[in-house]
Amino acid sequence: MSSETGKILTTDGIPLEESLKQAEKKNKIKAFLLVAPLLLFLIITYMIPIGDMFSRSIDDKMVTNMLPKTYKAMENWDGKELPPEEVFEAFYLDYKILVKNKTAGKLQTQLNYEKNGFKSVLKKLARKQKKFEEGNYKEQIMKVHKRWRNVEYWRAIKRRAPSYTYSKYLKGVDMYSNEDGKIVQVSEDRRIHRILWIRTVEVAFFVTLFCFLMAYPIAHLLATLPMKYSNLLMICVLLPFWTSLLVRTASWMILLQQQGIVNDFFVWTGLVADDNRPEMMYNKTGTYVAMTQILLPFMVLPLYSVMKTISPSLMRAGKSLGATPAVAFFKVYFPLTIPGIGAGCLLVFILAIGYYITPALVGGASGTLISNQIAYHMKSTLDWSFASAMGLMLLTGVLAIYWIYNKLVGVDNIKLG
Amino acid sequence: MSKKTDFVKFDKVDKSYDGKVLVVKDLNLDIEEGEFVTMLGPSGSGKTTCLMMLAGFETPTNGEIFLDNNPISNIPPHKRGIGMVFQNYALFPHMTVFENLAFPLKVRKISQEDIEKKVDKALAMVSLDGFANRMPGQLSGGQQQRVAVARALVFDPAVVLMDEPLGALDKNLRESMQYEIKHIHESIGVTVVYVTHDQGEALTMSNRIAVFNDGKVQQLSSPDKLYEEPVNSFVAEFIGENNTFGGEVSEISNGTCKVKLEKGEIIANPISVKSVGEKTTVSIRPERALINPKDKMDNNQKGKIEEVIYHGDHTRVRLNLLGNSEFILKVPNSSQNLDIKLGNEINIGWNSHDARALDPK
Repeated sequence: MSSETGKILTTDGIPLEESLKQAEKKNKIKAFLLVAPLLLFLIITYMIPIGDMFSRSIDDKMVTNMLPKTYKAMENWDGKELPPEEVFEAFYLDYKILVKNKTAGKLQTQLNYEKNGFKSVLKKLARKQKKFEEGNYKEQIMKVHKRWRNVEYWRAIKRRAPSYTYSKYLKGVDMYSNEDGKIVQVSEDRRIHRILWIRTVEVAFFVTLFCFLMAYPIAHLLATLPMKYSNLLMICVLLPFWTSLLVRTASWMILLQQQGIVNDFFVWTGLVADDNRPEMMYNKTGTYVAMTQILLPFMVLPLYSVMKTISPSLMRAGKSLGATPAVAFFKVYFPLTIPGIGAGCLLVFILAIGYYITPALVGGASGTLISNQIAYHMKSTLDWSFASAMGLMLLTGVLAIYWIYNKLVGVDNIKLG
Repeated sequence: MSKKTDFVKFDKVDKSYDGKVLVVKDLNLDIEEGEFVTMLGPSGSGKTTCLMMLAGFETPTNGEIFLDNNPISNIPPHKRGIGMVFQNYALFPHMTVFENLAFPLKVRKISQEDIEKKVDKALAMVSLDGFANRMPGQLSGGQQQRVAVARALVFDPAVVLMDEPLGALDKNLRESMQYEIKHIHESIGVTVVYVTHDQGEALTMSNRIAVFNDGKVQQLSSPDKLYEEPVNSFVAEFIGENNTFGGEVSEISNGTCKVKLEKGEIIANPISVKSVGEKTTVSIRPERALINPKDKMDNNQKGKIEEVIYHGDHTRVRLNLLGNSEFILKVPNSSQNLDIKLGNEINIGWNSHDARALDPK
């Protein structure tokens, strides 16, 4: 018996186990080669940009590279008293080169972020240093401006020594590290980002909720109607998908503006007075309405695909066993749709949290979201590192939501279609 | 205790879905308490519609259904207290077997202790003890079917409806489940209304069978009567195998009649023919026609063997007899040496009593 000898051999004497492995290996390589283009594409278009974003968001090499000698000399300085002569000399030499290359301005700006009033001090030094004599730079520099005698300014330079910083992330949540290196909140009137984060989550949450409330009956109808009606309804649901996002947003602008169709209708029916038309756009209402409409199909489709698989006899069984229609719905039907609800909510929430065009167009001042702020820094202030930091924070937030969802419901319970 | 003979009563029930075609026509049906009644018929014959009306998922267009003398047309399904076993089991996939069985008890607000007792008992009844914590998806088709049966019975309903419950099972399992359901019915004495299109299933399980066709009950009687004494040619055709001859009555007297065929003449038992000249279909069960009969029989014909199929316990022989080339004989496998060979001419005989002259097709 072959089982007694322990190994089954193929006809050419190779153990079957090995030849199977070989055959599978070929298949594995084939499979890998088939997905390789996609993998490559994903790495190039997804992983690399995220990596670049990350390095940009923590990058702080600019000052480090501008003052190489200074930071070398500062290595042994404890920062308690004024630095020794070597540091002054090194700083003078570094700064001289910057002034010569006309790049001193960048350093002035960067150091001014760190300590207010640095800019004027540095500008004055730029003018005076041309007449400096060799030796005893400490005295000469301190003579230029009395602030050079203040150890705070030297500490500010030292704080910029590391080539990496997390200050952009702190800025994203309205915090910064002060002169003492402690992390504190910015003054109350400048806390803008936190409001935006909260508003973004709030809008995403309510849009998800509205989408769910509207999509559930639609999906149910789609799943239970006879084919000829459900196809028509499905087209109605999908129609927005086939229209440009901009067109849809623009049509909401036409509908919702104060002299728009919806307001005209309200006035015509006498619901509101002509001189008291409600503002439905350029605020959160506009954002809610437009985003809910645009994201609705993303909720309908997963729900529909799950509901389609639920046999109508289950509800009948529930009723025949004595449950009222409501009880049968909540005990039998609803629990079975949870995978669809999970998938739809996750999809809509994640899309909503990073939504950009619609809130930018119909949101006005109170309807803009964090993504609009990111775009603002990308395009207007050109503070790409800050935009990257916020983008990454958003990404982390989404991953966290995904993780929590996985813990609560289980990702394998998601059903997208 | 006398049993109510009309525990479930369909009284002149009509049903139409589109207002044009009646799916069920003037249905009158009385079901006795504790009886096992099967509604048998081809698909589209209205049997499932009847079951759905009884369960409350459809309402009769006309007429009334009574359960224990109470009209139930206006009672919603969840208040009827009728258990139902569905074709695809309809077990709740997100609940364990225990929760599935506890469901009808929980909605009736029965105490947890009683629920556990009743569920255990129901599971024992379908011999699934120890399966309480499984999910339906982890069970085989037969086990799921038993759970569905147990669930329909666990809340002690007066009537249990079964809608082709064995349709999805393979042949062997279906047969053993048939006996199992029959035994459960016998041991607890619940009234069962069973729907199937499988005549074998109907014959083995039922006390009485209602044969449906075209929205009407063609015949309602016990399995043996249905098989031996079909009242019309549809029932004769639908139940079991059947040899038929179409012809015209040429003579009728004293419980026998002569039927003139295109070729030849046979003596038959007049069931639905009354007078000479009527068209009729004569129906003979294959096992009632014998080869070279020893006893004297009043019909004796010669036929030519056209096909022989060996079935193990019996052999099927197809003959050309009196112009009917589809005449089937079932010859039991015995030591008797009959000359069954292709092309042979043999003598066939049957009693006129077994040749039933029914309505023409």
